Amino acid sequence: MLRILRKLMEDRAALLGLVLIVLLVLAAVLAPLLSTHPGDVAEFHTARRLSAPGAENWLGTDRMGSDIYSRLLFGARITITIAVTAIAVAVAIGVPIGLIAGYYEGIGSDLLMRVSDIFLAVPQIVLAIAIAQTLGPSIENVILALSATYWPFWARLVFAETRSCKNEPFVEAAIALGCSPYRVMVLHILPSISSSIIVRTTIGMGGTILTAATLGFLGLGPPPPTPEWGRTIAESREFLPMAWWYAAFPGLAIFLVVMGFNLLGDGLRDVLDPRLRRAARHGK
Amino acid sequence: MESDLIAVRGLRVSFGSDAGVARVLDGVDLTIRRGEIMGLVGESGCGKTTLARSILGILPPHATRIEAGEIRFEGRDLLGLGEKTLASEIRGRAIAYIPQDPFTAFNPVFTIGTQIDDLMRFKSPLLRGGALSGRDRRRQDRARVLELLRMVQLPDPEGVLRKYPHEVSGGQRQRLMIAMALLPEPQLVIADEPTTALDVTVQAQILTLLKRLAREHGVAVLFTTHDLGTAYEICDRITVMYAGQEVEEAPVASFFDAPSHPYTRKLLDSLPSSENGIRGIAGEIPRLIDPPSGCRFHPRCERATEECRTTRPPPEAVAAGHTVRCHHPLEGGA
Amino acid sequence: MKTVVLIVNRLAWFVPTLLGLLAIVFFISHIVPADPAAFVAGENATPETIAAIRTRLGLDQPLHVQFWRYIVSIFDGDMGRSIYTGRPVAEDLLSRLPATLELTLVTVVVATVVGVPLGVVSALRRNSWLDHALRVVTIAGLAIASFWFAILLQLLFSMRLGVTPLGGRVEGWGPEQITGFYLIDALILQDHEILLDALQHMILPVITLAVPATATIVRFTRAGVLDALQSNYVLYETAMGYPRRLVIWKYVLRNALIGTVTQIGLIFGILLAGAVVVEAVFDWPGLGTFAVNSILSSDYNAVMGFTVVVGTMFIVVNLIVDILHGMIDPREAR
Repeated sequence: MLRILRKLMEDRAALLGLVLIVLLVLAAVLAPLLSTHPGDVAEFHTARRLSAPGAENWLGTDRMGSDIYSRLLFGARITITIAVTAIAVAVAIGVPIGLIAGYYEGIGSDLLMRVSDIFLAVPQIVLAIAIAQTLGPSIENVILALSATYWPFWARLVFAETRSCKNEPFVEAAIALGCSPYRVMVLHILPSISSSIIVRTTIGMGGTILTAATLGFLGLGPPPPTPEWGRTIAESREFLPMAWWYAAFPGLAIFLVVMGFNLLGDGLRDVLDPRLRRAARHGK
Repeated sequence: MESDLIAVRGLRVSFGSDAGVARVLDGVDLTIRRGEIMGLVGESGCGKTTLARSILGILPPHATRIEAGEIRFEGRDLLGLGEKTLASEIRGRAIAYIPQDPFTAFNPVFTIGTQIDDLMRFKSPLLRGGALSGRDRRRQDRARVLELLRMVQLPDPEGVLRKYPHEVSGGQRQRLMIAMALLPEPQLVIADEPTTALDVTVQAQILTLLKRLAREHGVAVLFTTHDLGTAYEICDRITVMYAGQEVEEAPVASFFDAPSHPYTRKLLDSLPSSENGIRGIAGEIPRLIDPPSGCRFHPRCERATEECRTTRPPPEAVAAGHTVRCHHPLEGGA
Repeated sequence: MKTVVLIVNRLAWFVPTLLGLLAIVFFISHIVPADPAAFVAGENATPETIAAIRTRLGLDQPLHVQFWRYIVSIFDGDMGRSIYTGRPVAEDLLSRLPATLELTLVTVVVATVVGVPLGVVSALRRNSWLDHALRVVTIAGLAIASFWFAILLQLLFSMRLGVTPLGGRVEGWGPEQITGFYLIDALILQDHEILLDALQHMILPVITLAVPATATIVRFTRAGVLDALQSNYVLYETAMGYPRRLVIWKYVLRNALIGTVTQIGLIFGILLAGAVVVEAVFDWPGLGTFAVNSILSSDYNAVMGFTVVVGTMFIVVNLIVDILHGMIDPREAR
């Protein structure tokens, strides 16, 4: 564990990713303290509407005169809530399905994998749009739509890893020693495939945040006055090119956060994936 | 000395890794005469493959460093040649290569014919005269290719050329590799454990074929193996390596009858026989990152003395063409 | 013959996938909502209209009957009527298909032409500053929200600098409809003015969509080339002195590209997803703009129809990619 952390610290790109994620979490947790206008999530001041970035409003104001900087901080809370919950649900559905389908061989397993293949056969955003449209715009429904479309990624990954793991001597030995299937899956297989799951989950966070922002942009996210980043960008379009800050900063926030997860995921893969690790050594 | 084709002297190669610098070859000498089959014998990890690849100049450039030594091939020091010269004049021309694993050495997405054609385009012996027109040369090369494919006993040579590598068996692929090694008419063929990946029944056929063709073409072979039995069958002389150093060099007869180095003795004893059953060698292969000083075999040798721990023994002739690096060599046949 | 078997094989998987897609959409549209009829009727419908729709759609029937009727109607090309345009959804979608296809196809070409060479160079100069820079740039390219990037480009180039059109496919009316692909139609009609205009309108949408697509291609090509460079066949080819240029640009590249081709399906998915929002920003009259308008006006039939059509397109693309892969990779053709 320490060794992995140390290796990760050596990778400047991954370190930057970690810093960006920590900043996101800090922004979300400390939003009431860090924001200059904590009330602006709900309040508006029409006199100040669409004012450019300055001393009073660091990143300018929106069409209601609310402070964009403050709203971005509170928006981080929504982003984290959506991404973490949706991914947690997707992992909670996908990993057991992949484990069971990978461990047992039979029609049931084939069927489970066929179903996840079908989910993967449609672009995630399209399915998410259909689900979110049916359920109506709210945080819970965005989460539902995302977890319903993203679980097959983990099911597929865990299935493939479990199948190849099943023929490893240590798993065969555990089975031969009479361990129950549950024990074998949870205590023997799961730990040895956990690094792939961690890498996939980290990169999945970035993708989920992007999809969630897109749903928000399309008006399928949490309804106003929620300071959701994607929706804010959609709102800004009417006021371009004049109020450039209105569109620029929320997008920058999305970019930095997704970049953070992608950089960390990329770095983690280099450190955790033994095949790549061996290849990387030749480099220097 | 006139008959020496290649002479490796004092070669030192190290690998960089996370754990430190591994001294994979430490002052290795190796001599191969024209037309002879030299067996390079030793346990896995003793540096056989590294030595073979050093001669070809194909060690991974970032991770390895050649610290010292020379590789004289027909008087030229290969270590002093640039990559361009090596690629165009030495590799696949003067020195050809037969890989360990014929399953993965062919490029999977091109036909065998394409890969052989590309070889001939750059390595055909007819290129050396330079007198032939392109079309004539290609026609003669084609005939030569088919002739060699027949020599390595491939059924339906024309058909094989149209096939993809995965469509022919492992034994056939290794026959193709032998044919490709001989096509450029090299002086030396480096065969790196050419039969380890094959079925036992196929191994013998391939070895016999390799030996016969090498003799017919008068080409020298450096044959690496960890299997003393195969070495006995096809080699003229044998060099034994231990942990990155060569310890004994002998004609095949005196190698088996009168081994001088304690390690060679133990290696021969470890062959299963009706008298002895199976015997291993006590101790472990040393870590190359922090190898034993002096003779690297001393921690496992009961004859070792203080001298063995401090200085590596120089090569000493014990019989005609038989040299050993040991302070306390065994007496004839002991 | 091999190809026929391959196509039949892949088609056998195509039908269940398509049915699976329809089952998912059926589940979302008929089972998830409390009252599907109310959804279809829209926000301002009276209870009588809703009741009428319920009977017309057969929502009072058992589920399996509903599902059967749903599938039959889809294969009949009946996806209901759009509340927004008042026309059959299938017709609306069909008329917008060429615009989206033209945009995505041009983007795939641009992304491949830019991405493949960058990926190869990145792998060849591994750990150089160029490689590190490309790593960061490609990760960034996959982290940018397309709709935001589109807006920024529009803000800078169209609104501030005024060098590109604000949106749409052409100024005024498009060329006479032949294929629906403006570039092709303009070429057929020899109308250079419209051709140029259409190209100008494409610049920003194509750049926006090409960013994540190119990033994906660079990463896969790089990984594929690195994989091939570490393979045994490259070692063999190097050992036999095949020229470096030939090894890289013929042997390595072909292997790497076979891997990249399998990713075209994935890239197409990225493009379709991006097209939804990018089209909306640039007012590109394709499926994406249609979908966004339908979402904004709660046009339920239209959104579900869009899901079915785009899902089917994606499945068809993957089918074609699969067949193509089977044809160019000799190991796959069974």
